[in-house]
Amino acid sequence: MWIRSLQALNLARQARKAAILATDLDGQGEQVILEGEPVADPLADAATIAFMTGKASIVDIAGRQLFLNVYLPPPRMVVIGAVHISQALARMAPVAGYDLTIIDPRTAFATPERFADVDLVPEWPEEALARRPLDPYTALVALTHDPKIDDFAILDGLRRKCFYVGALGSRKTHAKRIDRLTRSGLGEDEIARIAAPIGLDIGAASPAEIAVAILAQVVQAFRRREMTGSPT
Amino acid sequence: MSDAGALDPLEIAEAWHAEGRAVAIATVIQTWGSAPRPAGSHLVIDGDGNFEGSVSGGCVEGAVISEAADVIATGHPRTLEFGVADETAWRVGLSCGGTIRVHLERLG
Repeated sequence: MWIRSLQALNLARQARKAAILATDLDGQGEQVILEGEPVADPLADAATIAFMTGKASIVDIAGRQLFLNVYLPPPRMVVIGAVHISQALARMAPVAGYDLTIIDPRTAFATPERFADVDLVPEWPEEALARRPLDPYTALVALTHDPKIDDFAILDGLRRKCFYVGALGSRKTHAKRIDRLTRSGLGEDEIARIAAPIGLDIGAASPAEIAVAILAQVVQAFRRREMTGSPT
Repeated sequence: MSDAGALDPLEIAEAWHAEGRAVAIATVIQTWGSAPRPAGSHLVIDGDGNFEGSVSGGCVEGAVISEAADVIATGHPRTLEFGVADETAWRVGLSCGGTIRVHLERLG
């Protein structure tokens, strides 16, 4: 491996950008591909599949054996609202491989007692998300149904191309939310990206069951996501 | 889902290189059966045999590390295969019954 390839890979990984290292197994060179970058044709399809699946594999390209190693940022989940469902999600998400952060400015909800060993940020989403920005490998889960807290985070999640943006609330609550978001300039396509009512339809009733439905929907969104990276 | 963390082999390889140490990078490129580490996993080795990361559950690291000295000396990459079907199995077999191919190259 060339040192400049290694440096490029490490930079991409630190910036939570997906990257592929394509290595010719006969020692005929290598290439770093960043997600969203145009890829020359014989390699384009294989690179797309590799970014989608996140799986490393050997491919035959024009008679050459290339090993495509994929480096995807670890997916994570940002939850708005330190509510009952979040307590269940905080236990389940790490089991599924997701780091989780909970943001809630209401300090009565966001207490260490209710969320032991959880990355809990008792701030407004405007502040918390400025310091630790959302990105395409983050799922944004809005659970307060308070527009003052949820709306900014939902807008920010769509703008920063989170692979999943879900919002809790009845159809009626969501209809009002759509009105507000439309007034703030959001288009139909973007609004359609919001998962609402939140969670896969498994008839979930308790907070823990709703957490299962949300987590399953997040996993589905990640595994079936389209490439979201923009050219850099 | 990733190797992110304090003991990230690729971060360590870059740091070792910056210190002027010779480095080899081993990568699992193919697995059959129940291999302990998936394709893409890294083990990095320096010229003194210090290492970080893994390509198996500890079964074949010793063999990879001793090959690394050669790769560092010559600069020629090589591909190693380990598994129960391999003639080296009695020496460094994978107890899990899987087979893995490991690509080993010098960082430079």
